[in-house]
Amino acid sequence: MKIRTFRIGGIHPEENKLTHEVATQVAPLPKQAIFPLSQHIGAPAKPVVQKGDKVKVGTLIAEAGGFVSAPIYSSVSGTVLKVDTAIDATGYRKPAIYITVEGDEWEESIDRSEQLELVKDHPELTSEEIIERIKVAGVTGMGGAGFPTFIKLSPPPTAKAECVIINAVECEPYITADYRLMMEKSDEILVGLELLMKAAKVTRGYIGIETNKPKAIELLTGKCRDVFDGSDYCVEVVPLKQRYPQGGEKQLVDAVIRRQVPAPPAIPVSVGAIVQNVGTTYAVYEAVMKHKPLFERYTTVTGKLLSKPGNFLVRMGTPMQEMIDLCGGMPEGENKLLAGGPMMGKALTSTEVPVCKGTNSVTILSGSDAKRKEAQPCIRCAKCVSACPMGLEPYLLAKLSSFKDWERAEQEDIVSCIECGSCQFTCPAHRPLLDNIRMGKSTVMGIIKSRAK
Amino acid sequence: MNPILLAVLVLGSIALIAAIVLFVCSKKFAVFEDPRIAQVNELLPGANCGGCGFAGCGAMAEALVKGADKGSIEGMNCPVGGSDVMGQVANVLGLAVANGDPQVAVIRCNGTCENRPKVAEYVGLHTCAAMHACGAGETACGYGCLGCGDCVAACQFDAISMNTETGLPEVNDDKCVACGACVKACPRHIIELRKKGPKNRRIFVSCVNKDKGAVSMKACKAACIGCGKCAKECQFEAITVENNLSYIDYTKCRLCRKCVAACPTKAIHAINFPAPKPVEGKEEQA
Repeated sequence: MKIRTFRIGGIHPEENKLTHEVATQVAPLPKQAIFPLSQHIGAPAKPVVQKGDKVKVGTLIAEAGGFVSAPIYSSVSGTVLKVDTAIDATGYRKPAIYITVEGDEWEESIDRSEQLELVKDHPELTSEEIIERIKVAGVTGMGGAGFPTFIKLSPPPTAKAECVIINAVECEPYITADYRLMMEKSDEILVGLELLMKAAKVTRGYIGIETNKPKAIELLTGKCRDVFDGSDYCVEVVPLKQRYPQGGEKQLVDAVIRRQVPAPPAIPVSVGAIVQNVGTTYAVYEAVMKHKPLFERYTTVTGKLLSKPGNFLVRMGTPMQEMIDLCGGMPEGENKLLAGGPMMGKALTSTEVPVCKGTNSVTILSGSDAKRKEAQPCIRCAKCVSACPMGLEPYLLAKLSSFKDWERAEQEDIVSCIECGSCQFTCPAHRPLLDNIRMGKSTVMGIIKSRAK
Repeated sequence: MNPILLAVLVLGSIALIAAIVLFVCSKKFAVFEDPRIAQVNELLPGANCGGCGFAGCGAMAEALVKGADKGSIEGMNCPVGGSDVMGQVANVLGLAVANGDPQVAVIRCNGTCENRPKVAEYVGLHTCAAMHACGAGETACGYGCLGCGDCVAACQFDAISMNTETGLPEVNDDKCVACGACVKACPRHIIELRKKGPKNRRIFVSCVNKDKGAVSMKACKAACIGCGKCAKECQFEAITVENNLSYIDYTKCRLCRKCVAACPTKAIHAINFPAPKPVEGKEEQA
């Protein structure tokens, strides 16, 4: 059988999965936890605690600030030090809650037992109930973008969901957090998938995994057979050929069910698919079955020069410096610190940035990996056009953006760009294509938004 | 008949008919254009910079005449020509001279290489807009100048240049026409059009950092820390402190320079003043 992948573009960067077989460790509690109020796409959360308030692990500290928003829960027990600003992954200071950690006392409502809860033992779980619990627990997409999960599960009336696709691709180099999660929590993930299917009222599920994770494919295929054979659900593990950016929603939908998501405003559910990350699926299990809000996550801390790179179960709000120290400290010399992987990760200027809901990795690039080569004139090789997974013409979009020709840029569909960076990665002249396109995209999106008003 | 005479006759009669047709058409289909538009256009500098807010000098001339018909050209100003040109325009249109104070672009950042140490190195596309879009830039200040010179590129009058020593742009007062192109180009909104002031003397807060004092101080030695000492010192209520940032209203400022002396971080700049003299008795100057 031919192994599937998405049909347009794509690249294959060096994998560098240094921490593939490093079992997950539980990271120690931080001394102080910082909770930025915008950890998700949408309106920032509104703080509900004040300086001096005592909180436990799992206490609500900020409520959703709008429909597209998510509440934030404390990951530690202690005292609220202040509601101030903190540098977050964007590099700017944004409102955040600081909590001084004292002990480790959990809210009583959270079920801390290791026992696996099955959907069939909980008849009270209707679709609405599951979505409500996910919403209350503040679960957002944990692959990086951070879209509130409950919204994805309640599609607009014009679209009908047909299947749930679990994104276990992890196509970014270096990152292994999802892989470790699959190896260590496979039963919980399958219950999570069942919950997602029940919530979305579908019976078909897919788990898309790249073939560089054969053990995970084998493990989950076996477990799927045990769990779902003879049930109403039909779940298939789909091995996918390694190709970046397969973890992009639209690419994954194309790879798994061979459907192309049209240009925005269409979303995957417009073609019947609801895509959820593995980490999110696990968080859904914990939120619905264990009443545990989202406050800890699996994160990879990695880098070629780190002495002990690893995978960690870390409480959100832990400053990245503490994570780096766990791995042997920042390597000497010039380094590039990224929240996320080397392709889509966000470069940071401070190690005090906390781990948030979307921080799937802390990557440290050193030496020549951290530097860009000098840009040279475009040689019209069109490699960027072949690499673009959205079928765009990056050389043209970059040019139009630098000429500020927003009208043409809009006609050329600049807003479809997913900012995966394949064009820039593949450019033999090292041109800053994505830098230009990203700027143009945000400007054009602003123009479209103001036109709608 | 003589062929030469024939040709003259035929051509002559054609010319006569054409002339009559043209005359009739020019009378019948005449479009009236206010002669003042051409007059005003003549007075405008012809830089077509768009600083007035119109597409070019022609459009501005049209708008001025239209405004004059309604009785007022208030709010319209040619930044290049300044009050001279606007005075002449007002004369042509038979209006009182609407005297706008000449303005100049002011760079409100004091984050020189010395004051504001670099904490990171940026290697991406070398424009301020790109750097602003992907993070806080090379220093710990998320508000200050990024130093890639988008304002320099935007200026059509060669009035802004980059000072390589400080890493900050500098405005040439004589060349700046206050068209506002740099104000729009700066992604950090650092540049403001302010009153040029008598003898080019002006006072402004050279910082736009809204972080709390301790934080901004850590990022830049010359940041406004929002302490409010300047506001207390000011007798003319020209200074307001909002979001940890002080702002001097140039319409109220009387250039007494008391705030300059009061500022603990030297974030308030007084420029083109003579060498320090006793501060007393300065108020009358304004």
